[in-house]
Amino acid sequence: MDIRVDTVRKEFSHYPALNDVSLEVKSSELIALLGPSGSGKTTLLRLIAGLEMPTAGRIFFGDEDASSKTVQERNVGFVFQAYALFRNMTVLDNISFGLKVRPRATRPPKAEIRRRAMELLDLVQLSGLEKRFPQQLSGGQRQRVALARALAIEPRVLLLDEPFGALDAQVRKELRKWLREIHDRTGHTTVFVTHDQEEALELADRLVVMSQGKIEQVGTPDDVYDRPNSPFVFSFIGESSSLPVTVENHELWVGGRAIGLPAPNDAVGEASLFFRPHDVELVEDGVGAALAGVVVASRRVGGTRRVELEIGGLPERVEIDLPFDHPAGEKTRIAFRPKRWRVFPKQA
Amino acid sequence: MFEPDVIYDSRRLIPPEEHTRPTTERVWIRRLLIGIAVVFMAAVLVLPLVLVFTEAFRKGADTYFAAFADRQSQQAIVLTLLVAVIAVPLNLVFGIAAAWCVAKYEFWGKSFLTTLIDLPFSVSPVVSGMVYVLLFGAQSALHPLLRAYNIEIIFAVPGIVLATIFVTFPFIARELIPLMQDQGNTDEEAALSLGATGWQTFTRVTLPNIKWGLLYGVLLCNARAMGEFGAVSVVSGHIRGKTTTMPLDIEILYNEYNFTAAFAIASLLAMLALVTLVFKTILEYRFGDELAGTRRH
Repeated sequence: MDIRVDTVRKEFSHYPALNDVSLEVKSSELIALLGPSGSGKTTLLRLIAGLEMPTAGRIFFGDEDASSKTVQERNVGFVFQAYALFRNMTVLDNISFGLKVRPRATRPPKAEIRRRAMELLDLVQLSGLEKRFPQQLSGGQRQRVALARALAIEPRVLLLDEPFGALDAQVRKELRKWLREIHDRTGHTTVFVTHDQEEALELADRLVVMSQGKIEQVGTPDDVYDRPNSPFVFSFIGESSSLPVTVENHELWVGGRAIGLPAPNDAVGEASLFFRPHDVELVEDGVGAALAGVVVASRRVGGTRRVELEIGGLPERVEIDLPFDHPAGEKTRIAFRPKRWRVFPKQA
Repeated sequence: MFEPDVIYDSRRLIPPEEHTRPTTERVWIRRLLIGIAVVFMAAVLVLPLVLVFTEAFRKGADTYFAAFADRQSQQAIVLTLLVAVIAVPLNLVFGIAAAWCVAKYEFWGKSFLTTLIDLPFSVSPVVSGMVYVLLFGAQSALHPLLRAYNIEIIFAVPGIVLATIFVTFPFIARELIPLMQDQGNTDEEAALSLGATGWQTFTRVTLPNIKWGLLYGVLLCNARAMGEFGAVSVVSGHIRGKTTTMPLDIEILYNEYNFTAAFAIASLLAMLALVTLVFKTILEYRFGDELAGTRRH
């Protein structure tokens, strides 16, 4: 089932949480809504679910206009960050809830409900725990029950609101992989919200990067990481360094010196240069045009050493990664050129 | 060779008696404060309770039980039960509805509504009774209409029921509001997203989530409904055998110098209080984390 969000706006007491957002989600796609808190990602997810109603705009499931339908009618599987399991019910009763509350005409017989719930329990790898109560499960187990419960109603789309947000890092990684497997096996169109870029990049087919109630960029993890279309996306996704530059003569200049990078287009004037700290090549100082700076701070990050450079007396500092055994110390002068970079015109 | 560091434990260095946390007082202050509290409790709470029972049994068990053989006292007991049976279920419904409204929705005037719910607590019960007399009594504008249809409210059972409902209204709502606010909406949202109707969501998810808090509120509401004196006294008219509840009956017996009978009926009310307390303690002990603000009452 594909989803189409058509210029949807949502206001909470006249404060716009979502500003004319349009988005298309393909059938069987796993898509991540990524953004800082307050970017409107959860609001968008809740609008798709029908837990909120849009102030303006429409939402389609396939060809069908779902905007005016209630959450019950939309038949969506929704997984909450805080699990929202029914504490007075066993795991099995939680999973079968959605089938048990159906009107008699469409409700499967008891034995069938039980069989399906047990099957889902097996899918989420919790067989044998059907008689437990939610309080007797770990966080990761609870979230798996919540997912099984959402899948039980055979939803048209699966929506997850920061599903791993309350879990510790290790469990999170496992569940991430496992969610991908489940998605590939069941083929549900899935939208999940996260503020964890690593999670989004690893898990999603496509990312929707949001900021301040707007969509900044939609694309595959490669698109968004390698070709960010705005300073916001560049600095929000992955590590980044930036520096004010001047564009002139089809070249980038810093502090009156050409830095050996061609300008991407004919634009002239003030701009910002963005690059990844690990995506640089060191050059010998004084040989050819490059960015040169003095090390002011250095720290070990995993397998590399990240140094902070002061470039030609500018107040902005940039970070680059050096091999961990690089002899650079405080005050060492280092010259480098970004291997890949983006230039964005200076924002007003 | 590997030699483990010596671990110094501060508790081992200081003798246990003198090892105190900053929030703990010295021994003699502790004992003094506890002593004062115990004496105070004994004088103010335990002693009166004991006195009620000793007074009731002063002339022996026969006289004690004779008090309950009195027809008018029996009618007072029946009326008290009747009032509670009507008032408590109604307040159960009102209380849940009010708590639901306040806890799960945002709307204009919500804080005013919350204050309004607390009104019966802050108003003197006598005033609550007076309000009903003014509303339905002989001087009110409604009186001719009520007379025309032969409806008696003041100095009759309906007035007593109304006054009791008013006075006991906050108990259930106040118990449920913080609990429901704490639980939030997500369980309900989950149920709705799974296709449950509003009623299914209420009966299968909301109600089970609040059941212990609700029982707790009902218990307190019932105790007050049976024990209410002030408001009921104003609207009742004190017609013995007709409009007297147990507290009013006790007052009448006492004023007639019939101390044994008065204390016998009082012992029944005291017993109700004790049973309520036992239940309340069991609930708090067993389901403490599912009850909101257990320290408040």
